[in-house]
Amino acid sequence: MGILVRIPTPLRKFTGGQATVQVEGSTVVEILKDLDIKYPGIREKLYDGQDIKRFINIYLNDEDIRLLGGEQTSVSTGDKVSIIPAISGG
Amino acid sequence: MFPFTEEQIRRYSRHIILPDVGGKGQKKLLAARVLIVGMGGLGSPAALYLAAAGIGTLGLLDFDVVELSNLQRQVIHSTKDVDRLKVDSAEETIKALNPDVSVNLHKERASSENILDIISEYDLVLDGTDNFPTRFLINDACVLAGKTNVYGAVFQFEGQISVFSPHQGGPCYRCLIPEMPPPGSVPSCQEAGVLGVLPGVVGLLQATEAIKMILGIGKPLLGRLMLFDALSMETFEVKLDRKKDCPVCGPDSGPIELIDYEDICEI
Repeated sequence: MGILVRIPTPLRKFTGGQATVQVEGSTVVEILKDLDIKYPGIREKLYDGQDIKRFINIYLNDEDIRLLGGEQTSVSTGDKVSIIPAISGG
Repeated sequence: MFPFTEEQIRRYSRHIILPDVGGKGQKKLLAARVLIVGMGGLGSPAALYLAAAGIGTLGLLDFDVVELSNLQRQVIHSTKDVDRLKVDSAEETIKALNPDVSVNLHKERASSENILDIISEYDLVLDGTDNFPTRFLINDACVLAGKTNVYGAVFQFEGQISVFSPHQGGPCYRCLIPEMPPPGSVPSCQEAGVLGVLPGVVGLLQATEAIKMILGIGKPLLGRLMLFDALSMETFEVKLDRKKDCPVCGPDSGPIELIDYEDICEI
């Protein structure tokens, strides 16, 4: 099933400039795995070893996955996953 | 409370006739003290509109000088101001716009030594900085001092806005980003570029939130992170909850110690 993933500006170089992409999976970890298969190199920007980097937030719809089931959080058709990185410009 | 002068009644008439603001609200604005940290892309538009709105006291904190490359977005400064201190240039513009505003200049770099003293003079802080170290410092100092921190940040075509007010039960900046990103992990500020109008939009959303907080009206971005994408012209928001393990506002965080981080932005 297809899940929409919102790609923030700093990572759009991996998706050919696309702001949203469609990937497959039934948990957040599967979604992020498929994202890296379709857009190689993106995983390295999100992970520090086995863990998602502390300054990268992943949201399922409008909820922080860290406050749900973490990477094992289930996703289903119609859900939207958003990657929200730390930005500091002013 | 002080009565309006006739000039003030004319100057602020569009606020005074506005149901949720009125004369009472305008007096709140005139009595308010707001510190703007950074007189750059975010601070410039925010300062202009807060001054126009009649915020009684504006503190401007910045140690930098105006560069020609700033003028593509930092609209409070003009071509004649290149090489002047940003706070001097901003003060001149604000005074010309609205002589009601008293402007305090803080011509120094924010540090663990001075930030609490500076913040203590104000009711609310608007974070218009361009680097992580100062953002963490401002956040931690605001949590410590119990001040509301109106947050905005931009990158290329994208912006983030929220209101941090842990003393009112909401989250703080470290509930969003607990630690400094390590060097090289995020693109450095200068090399990334930014669409000039973007910090204008985000800085004015910050000014809007600041004014709402002062007036106590509407639904502020407390516990909500708003994201703005100028390219797709889309906004969306996510919930930003207070984190139990937040190193600064969490229940087990211990005493807050202000830290002067090294800037990871290569110059």
